[in-house]
Amino acid sequence: MNNRFSLSMRIFHWAMAALLISLLSAGLLMVQSLEPWQITILGLHKSFGVLAAILVIIRLLNRFRNMVPDLPSDLSALQKAIARLSHVLLYGFMLAMPISGYLMQYAAGRPVEVFSLFRLPASLSVDIQTYSIFRELHGWLALFLMALICLHAVAALHHHFVRKDNVLKSML
Amino acid sequence: MKTIFMLGLVLPCIALAQQPSKVTPQQFVNLQEGDIVHKGFRRAHAKGICISGEFLSNGSLTKYTHAKVFEKGSTPFIGRFSIAGSNPSAPDLKAPVRSMALSFATSATQQWRVAMNTPPVMAVSDPHTFYQQIIAIKAGPEAIQKFFKDHPESQDFLNWKSSYQPSGSFAAETYNSINAFYLINEQDEKQAVRWHMRPTLTATPEGLKGEDALQQELQQRLAKEDIVFDWVYTLATEADNENDPARAWPNSRQQITAGQLVIRDWQFQLKGECHSINYDPLVLPEGIEPTADPILRARSGAYAESYRRRAREVLNGALEANSNE
Repeated sequence: MNNRFSLSMRIFHWAMAALLISLLSAGLLMVQSLEPWQITILGLHKSFGVLAAILVIIRLLNRFRNMVPDLPSDLSALQKAIARLSHVLLYGFMLAMPISGYLMQYAAGRPVEVFSLFRLPASLSVDIQTYSIFRELHGWLALFLMALICLHAVAALHHHFVRKDNVLKSML
Repeated sequence: MKTIFMLGLVLPCIALAQQPSKVTPQQFVNLQEGDIVHKGFRRAHAKGICISGEFLSNGSLTKYTHAKVFEKGSTPFIGRFSIAGSNPSAPDLKAPVRSMALSFATSATQQWRVAMNTPPVMAVSDPHTFYQQIIAIKAGPEAIQKFFKDHPESQDFLNWKSSYQPSGSFAAETYNSINAFYLINEQDEKQAVRWHMRPTLTATPEGLKGEDALQQELQQRLAKEDIVFDWVYTLATEADNENDPARAWPNSRQQITAGQLVIRDWQFQLKGECHSINYDPLVLPEGIEPTADPILRARSGAYAESYRRRAREVLNGALEANSNE
């Protein structure tokens, strides 16, 4: 049994880590800014958000194609269950973030431009209530995702420095 | 892959480098809404009336822009006339500024929001000074006079203000883009422009009475006839700074009439579609781009904050009592 994630899975993991942290930082910044770069960051946030949505789908397909290292055998059943749940949640949030982001733009009648290459359609009639549902959802999901990422990182460090097992190394 | 990693490092760094001392959209909208929040309504220009009709393009801008709306032909719009202020039941005739907003949904991927006001220029050139100007307006006549004295860039605005006579109709005002935009043509050439809606009729305010005088005048007028505006574009030259919304451009600049805006119908704002729309002037179709004007670029953030607040209130039922009237 290989005790490391495959190269493709490691690349996906770290690339998407950088991408998600950037998207979350950009999101937090742009909703609090009146500076001239605000609409530039907003445009990049949308473009890279669409890219992240595409990447997470490819990543999930890739995950099902590859073997995943077993969790350390000395973990309790409860700890294993929590570890698995946190990973399922991370994937769920990675899908829900771009979907809610796109739907809020769709309901507000704002076509999403992707890297000046093409545009995603928006509704021809604006629905302010649907906008509100997805706008608030997008904001709350972002906060939970940030908390989940912190938990994920702390758990990895705990495995490495406290339990001194192979979990963090398997992703390096 | 490298680009993604680079951005992963760069974007959070920009985040950390941000100084929190600048005015935020939240502070801006807090100031606009004041102490009494009118739930479910826009935080600025809260009182308005929905209009609809079509833009009849004569095709004369196609040399400068490939935006579909300027091809020869007709495009329907959903718009809104409004007055400045955060009170949705303020008296029409007391407001210092009147506005026209338009939304063109040419296709699912090409939409355009236009927001225009009666002044042709801003009094200031950036959003932070604009914030100080609103504080001075709220503080009273002495404070605003001192503000203008301390800000010589407000001269073009004051010149307009001293010559401006409010008319007796939403249909008889001139509405200005204020901020400049770039028209982009098929060859990717840029032309900086401002635009205004030029009325085709005059009306005096004599005889107008009541809190809703302008809305009633509009309703009576539309019962008899369509309202027509000429949509006039002014082309900047090398001598004009398109990024400064406080500076007027000389009258000698070339002007092109792109067509006629024909208003055919109206609806109360809570019954019409215009109330749901965020008239953020940075929602642009292909063929039109924003300039670096700092006030233009601040609008998206401020409009989004106002829109988020009222959308949440509408979702929570803030307008249910009103719409049963």
